[in-house]
Amino acid sequence: MRYIPHTEEDIRQMLDVIGVDAVDDLFTGIPADVRLQRPMNLAPALAEGDLLREFKQLARQNATADSHLSFLGGGAYNHFIPAVIDQLVSRSEFYTAYTPYQPEISQGTLQAIFEYQTLICQLTGMDVANASMYDGASACAEAVLMTARATRRKKVLISAALHPEYRETVATYCRYLDIELVTIPFDANGCTDLSALEDVLDKDVAAMISGYPNFFGVIEDLAAQAPLVHRCGARLVAAVAEPIALGLLKSPGELGVDIVAGEGQSFGIPLAFGGPYLGFFAARQQDLRSMPGRLVGATHDKEGRRGFVLTLSTREQHIRREKATSNICSNEGLCALMATIYLSLMGKAGIREVAVQNLSKAEYARRAIAALDGFSLPFAGPVFNEFVVEASESVEAVLARLEQQDILGGIPLGRYFEGMANRFLVCVTEQNSKAEIDVLVAALAGGGQ
Amino acid sequence: MTTLGTSGLILNEKLMFEHSDPGRKGYSLPALDVPEVALPAHLVRDQVAGFPELSEVDVVRHFTRLSTWNYGVDSGFYPLGSCTMKYNPKINETVARLPGLAGSHPMTPEHLSQGALKLMYELQTALAEISGFSAVTLQPAAGAHGELAGMLMIRAWHEAQGNPRTKVLIPDTAHGTNPASATLCGYAVVPIASDGVLSAQTVAAHMDDEVAALMVTNPNTLGLFEAEIREICDIVHAKGGLVYCDGANLNALMGIARPGDMGIDVMHFNLHKTFATPHGGGGPGAGPVGVTEILAPFMPVPVVTSGASGYELHFERPQSIGRMRSFFGNFGVLVRAYAYIRTMGAAGLRHASEMAVLNANYVRARLEGTFHLPYLNRSLHEVVFSDRDLAGGCHTLDLAKRLIDYGYHPPTIYFPLVVKGAIMIEPTETESLETLDEFCEAMLAIAGEARDNPELLHAAPVRTRIRRLDETAAARNPRLKWGG
Repeated sequence: MRYIPHTEEDIRQMLDVIGVDAVDDLFTGIPADVRLQRPMNLAPALAEGDLLREFKQLARQNATADSHLSFLGGGAYNHFIPAVIDQLVSRSEFYTAYTPYQPEISQGTLQAIFEYQTLICQLTGMDVANASMYDGASACAEAVLMTARATRRKKVLISAALHPEYRETVATYCRYLDIELVTIPFDANGCTDLSALEDVLDKDVAAMISGYPNFFGVIEDLAAQAPLVHRCGARLVAAVAEPIALGLLKSPGELGVDIVAGEGQSFGIPLAFGGPYLGFFAARQQDLRSMPGRLVGATHDKEGRRGFVLTLSTREQHIRREKATSNICSNEGLCALMATIYLSLMGKAGIREVAVQNLSKAEYARRAIAALDGFSLPFAGPVFNEFVVEASESVEAVLARLEQQDILGGIPLGRYFEGMANRFLVCVTEQNSKAEIDVLVAALAGGGQ
Repeated sequence: MTTLGTSGLILNEKLMFEHSDPGRKGYSLPALDVPEVALPAHLVRDQVAGFPELSEVDVVRHFTRLSTWNYGVDSGFYPLGSCTMKYNPKINETVARLPGLAGSHPMTPEHLSQGALKLMYELQTALAEISGFSAVTLQPAAGAHGELAGMLMIRAWHEAQGNPRTKVLIPDTAHGTNPASATLCGYAVVPIASDGVLSAQTVAAHMDDEVAALMVTNPNTLGLFEAEIREICDIVHAKGGLVYCDGANLNALMGIARPGDMGIDVMHFNLHKTFATPHGGGGPGAGPVGVTEILAPFMPVPVVTSGASGYELHFERPQSIGRMRSFFGNFGVLVRAYAYIRTMGAAGLRHASEMAVLNANYVRARLEGTFHLPYLNRSLHEVVFSDRDLAGGCHTLDLAKRLIDYGYHPPTIYFPLVVKGAIMIEPTETESLETLDEFCEAMLAIAGEARDNPELLHAAPVRTRIRRLDETAAARNPRLKWGG
């Protein structure tokens, strides 16, 4: 076995030093009645070339943006990934390192996380960002728990237009913590209904959670939500599933948001059938000590040189155990590094330009589809790079027809929302050329004939 | 002796923000081929203040230099106890990057994702066979996430029996994630003293009708097998409780014993430990969970199933605890773990566990005359010493820092909490006899230095780019971002 270096002679020599006769003698602490008395039933071992062939065979059975025109979004986005990112994260000093508990030999990881925390704060308009969470949905759930801790209140309001998988994840995390979740409906614009929000807000509310943009791609009016929420002493949480939007939209911080929890996959992280992705989490200074997850801080060594360490870890499970702010340990460090590299390449101008391209291409597609017979736009609110389309026939039939032309046309919404059997969510990014959008529109138009 | 650790030319590097030069660009986008759209002005921000402006070369140099300040498994020996820092095979990185796997969108219809779903189904099946459980969910993103999923399933099962119960028993050797996860399920944590291994008698004394579960780690964090595990499970079950196993230390058991056969009801796997996926400087990992048949209906949705029309995602599971996250799991990590299992096969995995245990016992044999060994039971995959016999007023931290000068990543230190000044060494199976010998020589040399010249330990590390950092100052006056 090429990963295990022991020769027969090595083993013999080691057993002699230990003072036992056979490797099996090392396992005498395991009682016979719990020993496995047969070989495990697993597929035979594969040589490297055969393994590669088998995995290529599996890979061929998946549709991707290489095989199809893809207009899929819904919390995972097909953005361009610069070649630099994979080259740099493939340096094994990064990817084969552990959590930076020994700072003198982990400064590469630590400085990169410090830079990541800075970039997330700049982008969100927040004061502090942690070193990452699992994904957008679990970051959102952690935000809910944090607001309950910080306010000592037990009711949390969630927009019905928040990504449904985020809502489901929040519900799982709150299942046994006696936190009441109240859904706030959306209005005809596809925006959180402000008057419904106002009706439900009271002094028992810990937080209001809104997507920004929301699941329908609509840009929520957070500036209007913030004063309503703050009047009751509650926190406003923005859940950002598509953070490219933050290159263009007002930052949540400018709009009065208290906590931003989001998904960083758009920042140079492969789609990879849903993970690993990057939960980002940022808050105001007031909530620093209630924050979940690792934090990196700047300090200096004995000789006054700048260096970085994990800090404020008395919030964390390995110190505080059952009183910790979260149970999180492993996070998504390498994905945070990918996002850091992506944002450093895009920089001030690039993050803006890519956001404008997404906005413009989505708007081009939206207008073209709205002009087709048999299709309409149910929501009037401003959108970023996704929008909801209503068909006059079943969505399954529409999408199946597109599939015949190797187009992944969107996400059917009937599985998430009652009464939306005829609606689907279309996403357009900088990866979709005008010609591709025109093919989608023509394919949709062709269906009526 | 000639040590691995030496000094070379290591380059300094500023923060990326300090390199920024207005007008530099590191990206390329095609020209916009549709009319540019403007949003209403009240929705639009200014350019992101503080964002860097760098060329591609700036960025590549920056991160390349940062990488040289790190120590990875590919750099050298990484004996972190309970972390299983084994070699991360390179072919696994290659297959995870195949465009059909790395480029697959999670919202793609199931019939166009058959390769990804098949891989997940086959991995579930393999993990179930390795662990002896009836069903496995791949959804949790990390070990602690798996613990939370597992404990939520336990609570949901109790609720379905009509009484959620109130308490969870956790031995004092447990990882901190165990009590933190139990708390997130609304349970009160009852710590129990274990004296190295947990006795059935101790469990019986704590077990009553309000105990929902016992959380054990087997082998435990002292590297010892919980030999009374079967009786312990019987005692817990007799009082209507369930047993959770933290699977962090599964690397000692593959092909030798299966937690599912011991009476354990739920266990999470750490694919980034046992199954050789890289730790990534803190993540991502993956924390699949295996359960017995009674708990299978409670698994998170969706569940990957195999049916007449191929592999499917099954959502209609009324007793499910719900979703733990978006989509289906850390798929890229699952791909690597599956590649590892397919490369090793049954005999290879068993051999890995055997050699992991051999390596730990070899290190123990070489060091136990010099370092204090608080528990004398037969070690499995790791061994825990203490700093009791370290001379010169030196402590575990000093030893750890001095090991860095010798060219090693230190062991896990000050854990488990039951050992004062713990030095927890897990060599893993991928280290050769030569590497172990060199490491043991370094440990023995440092013990000698502690006796003869303790200042060498107190001052360490001296060969690194920077010296010991002031962690107190960092916590007292937190500076968590540039310019802030």
